Amino acid sequence: MSPFVLVLGLLGLPSAHAATIAMEDQSQLQPSAGHAAVSQFQPPQESELPDNAYGKLVKEGYALFVDTKRLAPTFVGNGLNCSNCHLDQGRLANSAPLWGAYPMYPAYRKKNDKVNTFAERLQGCFQFSMNGGTPPTADSREITALSVYAYWLASKAPLGVELPGRGYPDVAQPAKGYDLSGGAQVYKGQCAVCHGPEGQGQKVGDSYVMPPLWGKDSYNWGAGMHRINTAASFIKHNMPLGKGGSLSDQQAWDVAAYVNSHERPQDPRLVDGSVEKTRVKFHANDGVNLYGQTVEGVLIGQGIR
Amino acid sequence: MMSLERVLIGSALMLLLGNAHALDGKKIFTEGGSQPGAMPCVACHGADGAGLAAAGFPRLAGLPALYVRKQLEDFKRGTRANPVMQPLANALTDAEIDAVSQALAAMPGAVPQPIHRSEMPIGAAQKLAQQGAWERQIPACASCHGPAGTGVGDTFPPLAGQPATYLAAQLTAWQNGTRHNDPNDLMGHIAKSLTPDEVQGVAQYFASLKLEAKP
Repeated sequence: MSPFVLVLGLLGLPSAHAATIAMEDQSQLQPSAGHAAVSQFQPPQESELPDNAYGKLVKEGYALFVDTKRLAPTFVGNGLNCSNCHLDQGRLANSAPLWGAYPMYPAYRKKNDKVNTFAERLQGCFQFSMNGGTPPTADSREITALSVYAYWLASKAPLGVELPGRGYPDVAQPAKGYDLSGGAQVYKGQCAVCHGPEGQGQKVGDSYVMPPLWGKDSYNWGAGMHRINTAASFIKHNMPLGKGGSLSDQQAWDVAAYVNSHERPQDPRLVDGSVEKTRVKFHANDGVNLYGQTVEGVLIGQGIR
Repeated sequence: MMSLERVLIGSALMLLLGNAHALDGKKIFTEGGSQPGAMPCVACHGADGAGLAAAGFPRLAGLPALYVRKQLEDFKRGTRANPVMQPLANALTDAEIDAVSQALAAMPGAVPQPIHRSEMPIGAAQKLAQQGAWERQIPACASCHGPAGTGVGDTFPPLAGQPATYLAAQLTAWQNGTRHNDPNDLMGHIAKSLTPDEVQGVAQYFASLKLEAKP
């Protein structure tokens, strides 16, 4: 049996659910699709920052955003910085810009079934995307500085309005589904030069320059990026770096599935130590993902330390 | 079970062979290759391989062996055009290319003083280097070459401390296609988006970064 057929068979159920779930943040809203043709919101420039306590805190938030691992090591359990998935310091459209997120909170999130403040949303980033254990408290210096940075980037943005370019606009799953072996080919040809043949990223000294995509230093199984649909959208719009939009939808889905078929740190919400219970509770209705599924005889989602 | 003598003889042999290899590469560096036209590297790149900034000859010491080897092969292949280096590379045998690449990698290089991402850039060139110009889909130089332009892995060479004239000449070569030896046109398509002022600006920025001797 070809891996393609195998995967399609396995994913019949999650795929059927994919259409109903778009972004996990602000999940009551559909992100607007399409590229930059629409006039984009313009965040302010650093040169416009006032020389006062507010300007100082914005800069502190900026520093934390782009140098997260070094400046907030207690809360970052992997090798990532916020700016790895929010390109251009959180300013870039179609790369989950902060100016698109900030004005949408507080918002109900399916992920934890409650109304979340922006601070709680940031805590979620630390817990899952940064695999950071207990996140900084809502009134901590880290959350405050990052919130102020996001608020500043959203200066003059309308409140509660979905701006074009927010999130990672949905790239629909191709009719043929996705194919892990095709994804491996895309990875080898387009991604490995930066992220390494084993997804391990590349470092200078102790610090990653190109982020690891799987393994112990990458996002955990609870992060939004573990969903194939989310990773496919991110990749389609933003990868390879500086060549966003160059991969076909099929290539983006294939390579997203390939990346997210590899082990990474366990979902911190693990239920009773059981991958299956965790799958049922948190992953069965969370877009398209491989957590708790068996691919080529191997159970995915066992976690890595 | 291996006897102690055998282990010792084996180690001695390996040392000898290793040395012979290194000597070979170093000799090519200082005296040139075996064939006519294979001029010694020192003539232009200096005795310590640190380059000659005034003439725009780049530093080679401490560069990754795989990177240097690829460049020499690309000069041969014509994907990196250069009137001096192409005939020279053509005159080197594959074994000589391999040896000299390893000898260069083993020479003491220099590392730039660390720059943290958290430092807000000052001026247009540093901004381009550290943040990019995303309204034109230009990523930061630092995102592939490292925050201080240290170079990353075997593919992304160091920029810090290379002569400004060399860096600007390379960006121009990427722009006009005389250099097109990058994986997936990663550098070419970025260079083509840069204005002449930006080429000069980032070249001077990276050339100006202070270097420390490699520990």
